[in-house]
Amino acid sequence: MSRDRFERALLKVLKPLVILFLFVITAFPFYYMVMLSFRDIQELILEPGSLWPKAFTLDTYVNVLDRQGFLIFMRNSAIVAVASVAVTLLISIPGAYAVARLRFFGRRQVHFLFLAVYLFPAIVLAIPLFVLFTMLGLRGSLVGLILVYIAQTVPVTVYMLRNYFETVPQSVEEAAAIDGCTRLSTIWRVVLPLSKPALMATGLYAFMIAWNEFLFALLFLVERRESWTVSLGLSQLAGSIEIPTTVLMAGSVVLTLPIVIVFFAGERLLTEGLTAGAEKG
Amino acid sequence: MSRARTLREQEGRAGLALISPTLIITLVVVVLPLLWAIMLAFQDVRLINIRQAGLFGNYTLENFAYVMAEPGFWSALVNTLVYTVAGTALSIVIGLVTALALRDRFRLRTLVRASILIPYVAPVVAVAFLWETMLNPQYGIVNSWLDEPIAFLTQARGTFLGMEVPVALLTVIAFEAWRYFPFAFLFILARIQALPAELDEAAVVDGATPTQRFRYVILPQLWRIIALLSVLRFVFTFTKFDDVYLLTGGGAGTEVVSVRVYNFLTARDDIGASAAQAIVLAVALVVFLVLYLRFFGGGEREQG
Repeated sequence: MSRDRFERALLKVLKPLVILFLFVITAFPFYYMVMLSFRDIQELILEPGSLWPKAFTLDTYVNVLDRQGFLIFMRNSAIVAVASVAVTLLISIPGAYAVARLRFFGRRQVHFLFLAVYLFPAIVLAIPLFVLFTMLGLRGSLVGLILVYIAQTVPVTVYMLRNYFETVPQSVEEAAAIDGCTRLSTIWRVVLPLSKPALMATGLYAFMIAWNEFLFALLFLVERRESWTVSLGLSQLAGSIEIPTTVLMAGSVVLTLPIVIVFFAGERLLTEGLTAGAEKG
Repeated sequence: MSRARTLREQEGRAGLALISPTLIITLVVVVLPLLWAIMLAFQDVRLINIRQAGLFGNYTLENFAYVMAEPGFWSALVNTLVYTVAGTALSIVIGLVTALALRDRFRLRTLVRASILIPYVAPVVAVAFLWETMLNPQYGIVNSWLDEPIAFLTQARGTFLGMEVPVALLTVIAFEAWRYFPFAFLFILARIQALPAELDEAAVVDGATPTQRFRYVILPQLWRIIALLSVLRFVFTFTKFDDVYLLTGGGAGTEVVSVRVYNFLTARDDIGASAAQAIVLAVALVVFLVLYLRFFGGGEREQG
């Protein structure tokens, strides 16, 4: 058998195995998470190796949402995430438009700033912000946390949006200007409707950062339980012995599910091109 | 008397006006705190005496001398480097294999692709807790498959095939590779799908075997994206706090510098020493990056 045929035959066997392996190492842990979240802790301890619950229970969810306060944590996380997305978009849309279209002093240097913020280690920033928020009495407030999230996402979202705004044909904007649009109304009526996929992507990014973030939530909120985000809540309760693991698994599902849904819902929208044909007619 | 502004001047003003919210928030929440962090590293400050430490306070190198002489600092720096290099390399290699395996369409590809992205998309706290549970020595599923339970996250050393291995550190590295290979996969797959098909086809016509095509046709076109990924993953992992803190809390021989920074800040309430360590970490990062670019940046130019 020639080397070519041998390699092809080998790859034909190997490839499905690799794909199966990748699927198992990524899907199985999450299957395990969901499966445990419907089980009673007694069952888990008696049969740690079983892969299917004998009896399904929803008590774990009732317990984690109500008794452990995850409903409140979810409300906090939602407030933080939605506010971060809204303000991030509000700030980065004009910023990205300026970088994409307008010639102003320092426009070229702005890129460097964005890159620096993107790569900048959060742990270095954590120290002065922790001290500052302690001095200002802002620890325990969600507003401070939202501010930090916005500052961390805005440079990146400006960059993402700018790339997209540059693909909007300038002639469409010029047509709007001739029709009597001011600069702001051009952005509002022409550029934004054409940029929906990019706005979705940007919003998604800001949402994921705010919902998943852990370090700053830990530093700023840990002393006030009623302000905990879901991430912080789970990490703090994970250490306690009184709360059964299966109840906390229900908490993990509650924490993971929204972000997975938002991500896959958004991913499909991203692939839809909207600029096609904008210049025709 | 002011003359009418030219369109160009108007444009410049509008540009500055529109970018200013971005600049202000970055300045206030990122740039100024960074400068302050540097100042704090050179001052003897704790939360109690922070109000006395002003702009012109007593600057000193004591913090740096103190943290570098502390037991555990250098081993934490070594841990950080091992964790970062191994985590970065593994996540990129697995990401590359994944991208190659998922390159061609097959049934259920969408499902497999979605499954592969979940570790990266899911919140770190949830996946860390999931790993902790799965690896738990009493009721974890992984240990139910083994003859003898292994305390993956709390055991500093163990023997494997007669060799002594750092168990917890390896587990943390495996976590890093598992969580971030989807990131590398996304980048590499996008690049592979953008490659011109003609080159690969020409190689087939010339009788190249699949491994030869990978080695001489595909891989050379991927070096740039792999180099970029290495830098990105290195930078992110080197200063990463969440993963190690959540999995082991820095125990069992997994302490990395960022976890020390956090502990000095909160448990020891020593702001100056904490800031000094963060600065050392950032400087070390820059040094390693420069070294990397010297070695690999130069090599790439030779290849043309």
